[in-house]
Amino acid sequence: MNDQMNYQVSSNPHIRDKITTQGIMLLVIISLIPATVFGIFNFGLNAAILVIVTVASAVLAEYIMCKVLKKDVTIGDCSAALTGLLLALNLPPAAPWWIGVLGAFFAIVVVKMLFGGLGQNFMNPALGGRCFLILSFTTIMTNFAVPDVYTGATPLAAVKANGAYNVLDMVIGRTSGTIGETSMIAIVIGACFLILFDVITIRIPATYIITLVIFVTIFGGHGFDPTYISGHLAGGGLMLGAFYMATDYVTSPITRKGQYVYGVVLGLLTGIFRVFGPSAEGVSYAIIISNLLVPLIENMTLPKAFGKGGENA
Amino acid sequence: MELKENTPIERLYNGILKENPTFVIVLGMCPTLAVTTSATNGLGMGLSTTVVLALSNLFISALRKIIPDKVRIPAFIVVIASFVTMTELLLKAFIPALYAALGLYIPLIVVNCIILGRAEAYASKFGLIPSLFDGIGMGLGFTMALTILGAIREIFGAGSIFGVHIMPAAYTPIGILIMPPGAFLVLACLTAIQNKIKIEGEKRGKDMSKIQSGCSSDCASCGTAASCARPEKEGVSA
Repeated sequence: MNDQMNYQVSSNPHIRDKITTQGIMLLVIISLIPATVFGIFNFGLNAAILVIVTVASAVLAEYIMCKVLKKDVTIGDCSAALTGLLLALNLPPAAPWWIGVLGAFFAIVVVKMLFGGLGQNFMNPALGGRCFLILSFTTIMTNFAVPDVYTGATPLAAVKANGAYNVLDMVIGRTSGTIGETSMIAIVIGACFLILFDVITIRIPATYIITLVIFVTIFGGHGFDPTYISGHLAGGGLMLGAFYMATDYVTSPITRKGQYVYGVVLGLLTGIFRVFGPSAEGVSYAIIISNLLVPLIENMTLPKAFGKGGENA
Repeated sequence: MELKENTPIERLYNGILKENPTFVIVLGMCPTLAVTTSATNGLGMGLSTTVVLALSNLFISALRKIIPDKVRIPAFIVVIASFVTMTELLLKAFIPALYAALGLYIPLIVVNCIILGRAEAYASKFGLIPSLFDGIGMGLGFTMALTILGAIREIFGAGSIFGVHIMPAAYTPIGILIMPPGAFLVLACLTAIQNKIKIEGEKRGKDMSKIQSGCSSDCASCGTAASCARPEKEGVSA
């Protein structure tokens, strides 16, 4: 009889996992450590300052918004810190510190909190912040030269302009670019960690990357040229975007079929922006545009409820 | 503030504050969002619209007994379009710089919902003088909103106001504010601030503690009928 004391009457879901939002966010932050450390090692002190300032501003912005909106303070779930970190990894290493502050406040206040906080944001906050910065401060956000370290264009720009680029350097990350995007190895190590811990599945990144490879093979103008294709894979924000931004739970489809569709849309948009667009990079815009399509994709791919769709339905 | 209805002063107050076309009834969004890239453009657009609004309201009010009900919309449009054409030609002749800046949005004043809205909702029902002041009030409300919107976008997006540079040299303009997304962002912030002030004002006006959240529609048995805003309460207390 005592057994019955353990049953609780409640609405579904009835099976709950022990994992918490905070736990997932912390795992993602831990998995970003290789990319962050490599970025700071690669670009120097200013990159470290930017990372710290951006993360702190994101947490502060969320704290202020919770107080202003008279809600429970939600900085403990670490999602704001993660948004700040992802935004920082998307900033050019020579940017002034206030770029990080403005971007983090836009990401948290406008994209996340005004739409209802975690789980309600309509696009990835970090990328929303980055696109706000690109549109507002184009010169600062596209200047990837770091005094005494790197000058000139990013390797992806060289890929686009048929210039010289070294794929090995791009895979290791010893190139110019944003703080966290340069090292393919560091990002892939973090991504493997996430997949092993079941935080993300390989579905979206794999579909995304495969679609992009097919697209640049057909439309890139180089045919199946392994150097050119690896340039597209290792260059720019593709790896960071595919594994960390596109897989954001809130702004990616929940259905399995939808995730494949989403990956294909991402790959196509990125390919179109990179090959036919005026600038070399297109990952950020591809992801935020696809974010907006997610409700539609989910609607189309929603599985039929049990018992629906029969003759008498 | 208690004002007698349909007097010139009440109409001005109504247009500029109480029913501000941009912030309260949210009409005429196309010019509001498109031309407010600078304070000068906002002011110019607002004043051009004010002229058209006042004159078309006056004429439609004068013609309201002649215009048959069935063809009133085409008739209103003819009146409005005439004044827009005049305004357009005058701007082209005397302020060519503003005409060039506003471009297509000047002829588009014809289809501005505020003008047709006021013709339909007010001028076709009321007398000459109130209709004229209704147009002026609405126009000034629109001008005020557009100028504030343009000024904020210009100050933060370009570092200047009315074309005069005012921000310190170290300030980097936030370029997005003078692009289309900036119009939505600033308009949303201004409307939010406006609503906040309004709600606070209403709270101060009434004793909120006495108003129950669930109204049973039965004013006779309700303890808060005296402070309640429901129209029936006069009948009950009488």
